[in-house]
Amino acid sequence: MENILECRNITKRYGSKVAINNLSVTVGSGKITGLLGPNGSGKTTLIKLIAGILNADEGEIFAGGNRIGIESKKIVSYLPERPYFTPGMKVSETIKFFSDFYNDFSSDAAESMLKSLDINPDARIRTLSKGNREKVQLVLVMSRKAKLYLLDEPMGGVDPAARDFILKTILKNYNENAGVIISTHLISDVEKVLDDVIFIKNGQMMLHESVDDIRSNKGKSVDSLFREVFAC
Amino acid sequence: MDWKFNNDSPIYQQIMEQIKAMIATGILKAGDKLPSVRELAVEAEVNPNTMQKALSELEREGLLCSKRTSGRFVSDNPSNANNLQEEMMMECIKVFIENMKKLGYSMEDCIKFIEKYWQDNSL
Repeated sequence: MENILECRNITKRYGSKVAINNLSVTVGSGKITGLLGPNGSGKTTLIKLIAGILNADEGEIFAGGNRIGIESKKIVSYLPERPYFTPGMKVSETIKFFSDFYNDFSSDAAESMLKSLDINPDARIRTLSKGNREKVQLVLVMSRKAKLYLLDEPMGGVDPAARDFILKTILKNYNENAGVIISTHLISDVEKVLDDVIFIKNGQMMLHESVDDIRSNKGKSVDSLFREVFAC
Repeated sequence: MDWKFNNDSPIYQQIMEQIKAMIATGILKAGDKLPSVRELAVEAEVNPNTMQKALSELEREGLLCSKRTSGRFVSDNPSNANNLQEEMMMECIKVFIENMKKLGYSMEDCIKFIEKYWQDNSL
């Protein structure tokens, strides 16, 4: 099993604030990993560094064996916390956009998923409910045959049924040659789908263990452990 | 298949327990073909690695078997279902008796209550 992600001694500063502090982590392929931590712990910064949207001040990151850059972006599919489509765009136009940008994108897969969700391809993004916008964004990201999927809060602010759909989509797409990293606050919803979890605090990794080990060795759910470790 | 998981113990163990229950209660019969790991994982909404781990363990225990390229089947061993039924029954008895003892009831009380309940509810 090769490593789908390797971060070596990453440091990222915003001015004088250290957002990621000498962080090293390795994620094997075929794993669904949860990136968990309080607000401001560095989750989104780390994801953006891997996605290549931000540059690390120190250290190196390799995704799918490639240093972060043009080659890594071809194989990394990133779902940002906030949708980035202009509100006037039609859903069909977002499909075309992805299709133009990415070689590994399947318009058929996207269209069939959106059809089963009853989302009209001619609808403009701004007319869609928040839940539907999230679903469209997720469908597009998951319709790429990437090696690493970075999902930043894929289920934020949506109803339980929509969350179930999102989890099911992630599972259906599972592929042992790819990796998925999910950053989320909805730990108890997502636990059963995760292989491993990473706890991050103040830009440093506090824990990187399998969910099974946490449950059998510590005798508690990841959600309970999180509440203990990060108690305010 | 109806899957219910809690977050307190490893999912693969819970999957194993639920499949054993399905075999014990006859929902899954000897020789039945199971859906693929991926299909089961999506249906149960769990990680495919976890589902794979559970099924492999059940294979190791002899409750499931793999047939080259045809997939996984419930083992053709009729005593499996009986053994599992007994195991589950013993587990229920254990929990029941522990609770009854905590409440201070004797074995005679237990038997009396069981008979009464069985009659009252025309089981």
